[in-house]
Amino acid sequence: METQAFQKIYTKISNLTKATIMLKATDVGYDEMALVHGRIGQVVKIMGDNVVLQIFGGTEGIPTNAEVVFLGRPPQLKVSDQLAGRFFNAFGDPIDGGPEVEGKIVDTGGPSVNPVRRAQPSQLIATGIAGIDLNNSLVTGQKIPFFADPDQPYNQVMANVALRAEADKIILGGMGLSNDDYLYFKNVFDNAGALDRIVSFVNTTEDPPVERLLIPDMALTAAEYFAHEKQEKVLVLLTDMTLFADALSIVSNRMDQIPSKDSMPGSLYSDLARIYEKAVQFPHGGSITIIAVTTLNGGDITHAIPDNTGYITEGQLFLRMDSDVGKVIVDPFRSLSRLKQLVIGTQTREDHPQVMNAAIRLYADAANAKTKQDNGFDLTDYDERTIKFAKEYAVQLLAVDLNIDTVEMLDRTWQLFKDNFSREEVVVRQEFVDKYWK
Amino acid sequence: MERKNKTTGTVAGIIANLVIVKVDGPVAQNEIGFIYHPENKLMAEVIKITGDNVFVQVFESTRGLKIGAKVEFENHLLEVTLGPGILSRNYDGLQNDLDKMEGVFLKRGDYTDPLDREKKWDWTPIAKKGDKVSAGSWLGEVPENGNPHRIMVPFKMEGVYTVKNIVEAGSYIVDDVIATVSDAEGNDIQLTMVQKWPVKVAIKAYDNKPRPFKLLETGIRTMDTLNPIVEGGTGFIPGPFGTGKTVLQHAISKYAEADIVIIAACGERANEVVEIFTEFPELEDPRTGRKLIERTIIIANTSNMPVAAREASVYTAMTLGEYYRSMGLKVLLMADSTSRWAQALREMSNRLEELPGPDAFPMDLTAIISSFYARAGFVYLNNGESGSITFIGTVSPAGGNLKEPVTESTRKAARCFYGLNQDRADSKRYPAIDPIDSYSKYLEYPEVQSYLLERIGEGWLDKVAKTKTLLLRGREAMEQINILGDDGVPMEFHERFWNSELIDAVILQQDSFDDVDANCPMPRQKYMLEKVLDITDKKFTFETFEDLSGFFKRIINHLKQMNYAEWDSDKFRNYEAELEDMMKERLN
Ligand SMILES: Nc1ncnc2c1ncn2[C@@H]1O[C@H](COP(=O)(O)OP(=O)(O)OP(=O)(O)O)[C@@H](O)[C@H]1O
Ligand SMILES: [Mg+2]
Repeated sequence: METQAFQKIYTKISNLTKATIMLKATDVGYDEMALVHGRIGQVVKIMGDNVVLQIFGGTEGIPTNAEVVFLGRPPQLKVSDQLAGRFFNAFGDPIDGGPEVEGKIVDTGGPSVNPVRRAQPSQLIATGIAGIDLNNSLVTGQKIPFFADPDQPYNQVMANVALRAEADKIILGGMGLSNDDYLYFKNVFDNAGALDRIVSFVNTTEDPPVERLLIPDMALTAAEYFAHEKQEKVLVLLTDMTLFADALSIVSNRMDQIPSKDSMPGSLYSDLARIYEKAVQFPHGGSITIIAVTTLNGGDITHAIPDNTGYITEGQLFLRMDSDVGKVIVDPFRSLSRLKQLVIGTQTREDHPQVMNAAIRLYADAANAKTKQDNGFDLTDYDERTIKFAKEYAVQLLAVDLNIDTVEMLDRTWQLFKDNFSREEVVVRQEFVDKYWK
Repeated sequence: MERKNKTTGTVAGIIANLVIVKVDGPVAQNEIGFIYHPENKLMAEVIKITGDNVFVQVFESTRGLKIGAKVEFENHLLEVTLGPGILSRNYDGLQNDLDKMEGVFLKRGDYTDPLDREKKWDWTPIAKKGDKVSAGSWLGEVPENGNPHRIMVPFKMEGVYTVKNIVEAGSYIVDDVIATVSDAEGNDIQLTMVQKWPVKVAIKAYDNKPRPFKLLETGIRTMDTLNPIVEGGTGFIPGPFGTGKTVLQHAISKYAEADIVIIAACGERANEVVEIFTEFPELEDPRTGRKLIERTIIIANTSNMPVAAREASVYTAMTLGEYYRSMGLKVLLMADSTSRWAQALREMSNRLEELPGPDAFPMDLTAIISSFYARAGFVYLNNGESGSITFIGTVSPAGGNLKEPVTESTRKAARCFYGLNQDRADSKRYPAIDPIDSYSKYLEYPEVQSYLLERIGEGWLDKVAKTKTLLLRGREAMEQINILGDDGVPMEFHERFWNSELIDAVILQQDSFDDVDANCPMPRQKYMLEKVLDITDKKFTFETFEDLSGFFKRIINHLKQMNYAEWDSDKFRNYEAELEDMMKERLN
């Protein structure tokens, strides 16, 4: 990285912790980047001439007489079309052996879009997965995470969604990605011939965890370039935001901040919101859609990380293993897309909202019937039929291994209604029953 | 806070948006200062003073700020600008007009004028030469989107004044002098249509604040019928994420019988504000026929905007509300979400290294929330007219657990509790307000009781009480059925359960996305409640519990169709007639 002539070099560090150093320095800007013993640091506190820096790679082996050079700038990224097809680390340096990117220098973590300059998200994103398209339709400009236990195949599902989404650019922000998963993403994108539409910023498990903190801002700065300046439809994938939040807590704990719930910093909500709110639909057609992953601990969504995420995002997609059918499904009860109202029944077939609700209601009846069964009570004929319906519905519609269009999804659901229920039991508006119950 | 010269200082420390300034003169708590940054001035507010070290919270990002930067203090607290032309504007938390900002991205240090200085207003004088006036007295009025916007003696003016001159009816801009008044010593003071007021101080230019007593119709059945809020009342809506706080507030802001609606989007999603920008200009106010946006003011401090301005945003909203209340108008104020404001306080308190209270919130959280809610209320003005601010805030409890500091503090301050229930939301029983845990303390006020009886009808309160009892008994019956099984309980239990299901489906549940059902005026609420209670009184006979549930499902379906049909339309009457037939069959 850059050091220039005439830059002042400091060589006297007064305090060191695992993640921070302190030294006396002047003319330093808040948030400014620095090179400390060849590692990247950022100013997090200034008191008179005492400056505290957070060292992304950790402070192991940094001596008190290490060289410290301030770079006079916040974190930045060079943006241009040359980003496409490339892989970078958390600092925006290429890790694919390719050349440096030429382009306009932009500060990352920049200001937010004026709310009055936004447009309402409006365009359906088809993923081929009915658990999403039918029950929790996504819209451009939306921000939504997968909630999943660490053993769920969330990265695979996300890669599929990304490739089918018809995005002009896909930007991958990988945080604490295992090397295998990193190579997996690289392979699928390559095999799909999509590599030239993809930009990746990756921090793997082999990199220092605190570096992850820079990944979302890097990915979203690139996204803003393509979405705003190039008016493209950009899809940003952030995986795994739980590891990002863990890195936040590492830093805040080392800076002696008072933790709030689950030893997370009190600012967790604002820190996450700053990232997710970069999702936007511009009036000119460009958009940033954010699909993220928040891994859960044993399905616990009351933990501070999923809880704060749920308060910020526009719904969540809950992945769960359905042991009755042995498939991973998008759980219709705990999942929600808050923007689906904007597109279902208008950009999809008219019967979509009614069919969706009716199927989920019947699926809920099946859950009640199963509870009854587990408690040793007799099942009615209706109970038996709902249980059969639930199994077929899970395999034919909820499973994540699907790739069909919404018309097919709706037709399949009607077929399941017909196979298992009478018209009255389904409760869908009469005009739709007349038209589609064939 | 009068000073000859502005106090200045230099930046001595920076921790995120907390900046320590060394000053050369006097400063006041909560005084506003500007930090000079190479390209722009950053606004900040004093939050703590120790010796000549002044701690300020900066309303902007402090990126790039350096030690030694110059700071200038303004001799005043954080203020809003009051005058005609505030309605239908989109402000940020500091009352900057968002539409006047250039560019797609918000620029640091971009402060825009909240008022239109060129627009001409149709002025009609109210006060006459020689009148004795004081702070808040109406001097004249201009029409603003169908409401009379009263131009008042500035709230900052103390004592009694005599009107020396007042301009004739005509067309004026806000900065024109519209009146000259003189004080006891004979000094003349010229007044325009514009005044300023510090947001953290309540406007008290009224005669008295009685207990509120008038129903404020919201059009939401489960609120108006079961737990009504009143004009000048306070309420809060706690609920886990995704349970419908925002949808409910938007619904209330569309249909409530208020003259002015102020929506403070406090640390929530920008897309939700965009929804209001997009929908409200299209939707009609059912009472006036004007577009909803005309009576609405939006204060948007979305979650990605500077955290310190989040706290300011709710105060800005409240102060604008107090201004319109002083004009004798009915103001409805909504804040979504007050938890984000509390979190902003927490972030700052932690940076100040204050001794933390529960969950690291500041110790005085309860006091802060209480004194904010106390600014709402119904008032009689000095001229005998009345005005009100009804305040409803949402609370976003961490982990959905209502035993957390913000919910508990708010419970002490607000008189209505509309608790959203996760199970109800999961089963799409919207609005997910829990009918049993929720309450309105106003129902216990004798003055509210007599108002309701007069406005809605004899016996109304008994019907409400009966409805609540039936819901409770239904819940108990359901618990028994779950334990003992369908066959393990007497038929009576199924009956109780289905009576409560009937009330739930027809009265409690309401579809905010349906054009008709979204708004249910009081006469219709009364009609439907009586209809439903009537059914619960009937003695039907059933062979089996499945027979019973089948029957109830069918009548619920019909009653729901009635909810979806235009009030008193043929469709409505047809469903009703069919319903009567269905019931007759069962009674014989
Ligand atoms: N009255 C209603 N009618 C129909 N659907 C509703 C209703 N209320 C809520 N919903 C559904 O629930 C979703 C979430 O509602 P909402 O955004 O109001 O939740 P919230 O409590 O404000 O959540 P958060 O705390 O995360 O902001 C909506 O997008 C909508 O799909
Ligand atoms: Mg909300």
